[in-house]
Amino acid sequence: MAEAAGPALGYEECVQPHLDYLYGVAIRLCGNRTAAEDLLQDALLRAFRAFGSLRDREHPRRWLTRVLTSAFYDRIRIEMGDALYRAVDEEFDLFDKIAEEDPFPYSDRLHLDFLDLFDDTRILEVLGRLLPQQRLAVILAYVYGFTAKEIGEISGRPVGTVLSWLHRGRKQLERELWEYAVDHHLIAEGRVRS
Amino acid sequence: MISCTEAVARLWAYLDRNLGRLEEQELEGHLGLCRHCCGELEFARHLRALLRRSGAAVALPGETRARLEALIRELGGQR
Repeated sequence: MAEAAGPALGYEECVQPHLDYLYGVAIRLCGNRTAAEDLLQDALLRAFRAFGSLRDREHPRRWLTRVLTSAFYDRIRIEMGDALYRAVDEEFDLFDKIAEEDPFPYSDRLHLDFLDLFDDTRILEVLGRLLPQQRLAVILAYVYGFTAKEIGEISGRPVGTVLSWLHRGRKQLERELWEYAVDHHLIAEGRVRS
Repeated sequence: MISCTEAVARLWAYLDRNLGRLEEQELEGHLGLCRHCCGELEFARHLRALLRRSGAAVALPGETRARLEALIRELGGQR
């Protein structure tokens, strides 16, 4: 006998409440509004086509995240080709770099002053410099609080792979924050050494 | 005692509460004696807070929202 339950939620009821969330993920992944809107539209169409595979319609957020990130990854794989797998410098340590270079010689909160350089726009640009799979992991883990296991389910990868993405993503993030600050003349690299 | 390199490598997992009991005890033992790694820990906390805030001010533009909501309604109506 069938279980007594209310009617299953339809596509619109499942997707609509998560539109802002999905856009938030998309803008962080893409780094600009146009690409984020394009990605989100693609994801909505994919979600519609695959809607029959959604089992838990009361809690569709993780499934929608998987659809969105899958669409993102498909795009980026075509755009980037082999560059998707470039090596990351895992030795860089931003905390030490800031202490060594001392970009704010009169500050007693040197490291926090460095982070204060990054408003929303700049941090989105820095995230955009990370390799896509690492960007994805960093965003899902540290912006949205997904666990490595959940990110593994979303991305269809083993937890060990996700942990590796997170580790490399953090190291790449540290380097990119520094290089962004130098490239945009927010700090003067080599001030102390010169 | 674990090295600074090992301690720093564990900091984010520590903040995520993803370390095993022994790994956590080793790290906390190190942090109790190492000012440098305490600084790294505080810095990691602030960097994570910066990431959490990132993009919070970037809301879905009204015109795009209207367009996407219309798309959702149209697709939903096909089922």
